[in-house]
Amino acid sequence: MSAASETLGLLEADSSAAKRALHAKLFEWGCMLAVVVAILPLGSLLWSLVSKGGAAISVDLFTELPVPLGEMGGGMGNGALGSLYLVGLASLMGVPVAVLSGIFLSEYGETRAGAAVRFCADVLSGIPSITVGLFVYGVVVLPMKRFSVIAGAIALAIIMLPTITRTTEEMLRLVPNQLREAALGLGVSRWRTTASILIRTALPGIVTGVSLAIARIAGETAPLLFTAFSNSNWTEYMDDPVASLPVQIYTYAVSPYSEWHSQAWGAALALVLVILVLSVAAKFATRTRYR
Amino acid sequence: MQMMTIQSPASLKPRLQVATSAPSSAREQVLALDSGAQLSVTELRAGFGASEVIKGLTMAIDPRATTAIIGPSGCGKSTFIRCLNRMHEVTPGAFVGGRVELNGVDVYDSRVDPVRVRRRIGMVFQKPNPFPSMSVRDNVLAGLKLNRVKIGNVEEVVESSLRSVALWDEVKDKLKQPGTSLSGGQQQRLCIARSIALKPEVLLMDEPCSALDPIATARIEELISELRQHYTIVIVTHNMHQAARIAQKTAFFFMGELIEYDETDVIFTRPSQKQTEDYVTGRFG
Repeated sequence: MSAASETLGLLEADSSAAKRALHAKLFEWGCMLAVVVAILPLGSLLWSLVSKGGAAISVDLFTELPVPLGEMGGGMGNGALGSLYLVGLASLMGVPVAVLSGIFLSEYGETRAGAAVRFCADVLSGIPSITVGLFVYGVVVLPMKRFSVIAGAIALAIIMLPTITRTTEEMLRLVPNQLREAALGLGVSRWRTTASILIRTALPGIVTGVSLAIARIAGETAPLLFTAFSNSNWTEYMDDPVASLPVQIYTYAVSPYSEWHSQAWGAALALVLVILVLSVAAKFATRTRYR
Repeated sequence: MQMMTIQSPASLKPRLQVATSAPSSAREQVLALDSGAQLSVTELRAGFGASEVIKGLTMAIDPRATTAIIGPSGCGKSTFIRCLNRMHEVTPGAFVGGRVELNGVDVYDSRVDPVRVRRRIGMVFQKPNPFPSMSVRDNVLAGLKLNRVKIGNVEEVVESSLRSVALWDEVKDKLKQPGTSLSGGQQQRLCIARSIALKPEVLLMDEPCSALDPIATARIEELISELRQHYTIVIVTHNMHQAARIAQKTAFFFMGELIEYDETDVIFTRPSQKQTEDYVTGRFG
């Protein structure tokens, strides 16, 4: 009794200590297990892509047109170029609008108009991409009476809008208010403060958002089925139907032919690599340099 | 876009520009600005939404001197100096009424662009806030570049601005490093240099040393004593010893009102108001 009170119980054997240690261990193992469960599909997906598609990757895959069944060789050059057209045009339309909307929400958005825009962006990000495809089919494809690069790009641009808008807003909100005040206190006008200081500071985050959105639309298939359709030849005009990697992968994958299957794997691997390279390049291009 | 040209720092004449259509009396007032900057505040009322923080405050601030604003937390010190360069109105829900005259021109006149007021009345904030995306050098030039001011000799502007805040010797080999890589005290001096590069008439300082250690504080105080020979300085401080060390005049604020305003040694040794005496002797606040 007296020994325990002198040491305040600090030296006594404590059954709850072992229990606490066990809880800590269990929690740690639980977290590690969750990480493994999360990474496993990613790893196995990459492994399937490389093992089944690696052999099909060749220069021809990106430069040659598909050949009729039975012939050897051929590629998906039309799909690769078509994806480039679609994603490029969609980015040209979608990125400026989305980034400017994000700036509006962050810098001028504490109004009813801001709340309305924010709500619309959230609703839009929850709309299935195939619905966007149907919408564009109704407002672009039907009046033009044809599938086209333009229609496909519009559908993809709509899909990228909400992601970029909300990331831009969040990234600008992370810029400390002290920097806004510093610039305003130097007699810098509001818009130039936004354009030169805030966007510059938030740029890496905004670029990450843009890369994610581009990665997402590059792999979209459903909205292209009713808008860009497909094309077994090179696309020359922006109002012609166009092939794209995801649609071609889809077509080839559901076909019964093994050459097509292996080309589909190759194209899928190529798509992942292109997105990876784009993301890394974007990160590299926007890192801060000091002069 | 208004363009200004700087050939050399010395040749820059301070001026507050009003719309060219201003009547001749206003233009004469503008010309009067060349003779040193005097701030005077008349019946200033300001606050946020329904709460009035500054309740009808009148005071004249001496040119080329340091004026300290002291008072307990929440007495409106910061709001007050943010009214002087029209920074208060940037906060959503803020309101301002009354007059703030810079050499006789009301900065709240409808013809006056707040952006131009802030170029003439520089501000240094509580926490050092260099631009993290810019190097030391670009931070000094930030005000000039962002305002599209043509800079004659860039290196000279950088060096003279950094010298005037006694930072040149410490950072001359680090000009290309990020502004945020400097120590807290150096960052604050960098921010002062950034303001000075614009050649303002008045420098407002909102507790510029509250985030700094005693040695860095001593350097900034030394700097303020030198700068007041060229600039009108208004400094908000929580530290009464600091006010006593650097200010020629001191104003005691309480609950949004100016209780007493006099020579600094009068405020600290023989104040005429009971509230001032209680505050400076540490009985409250």
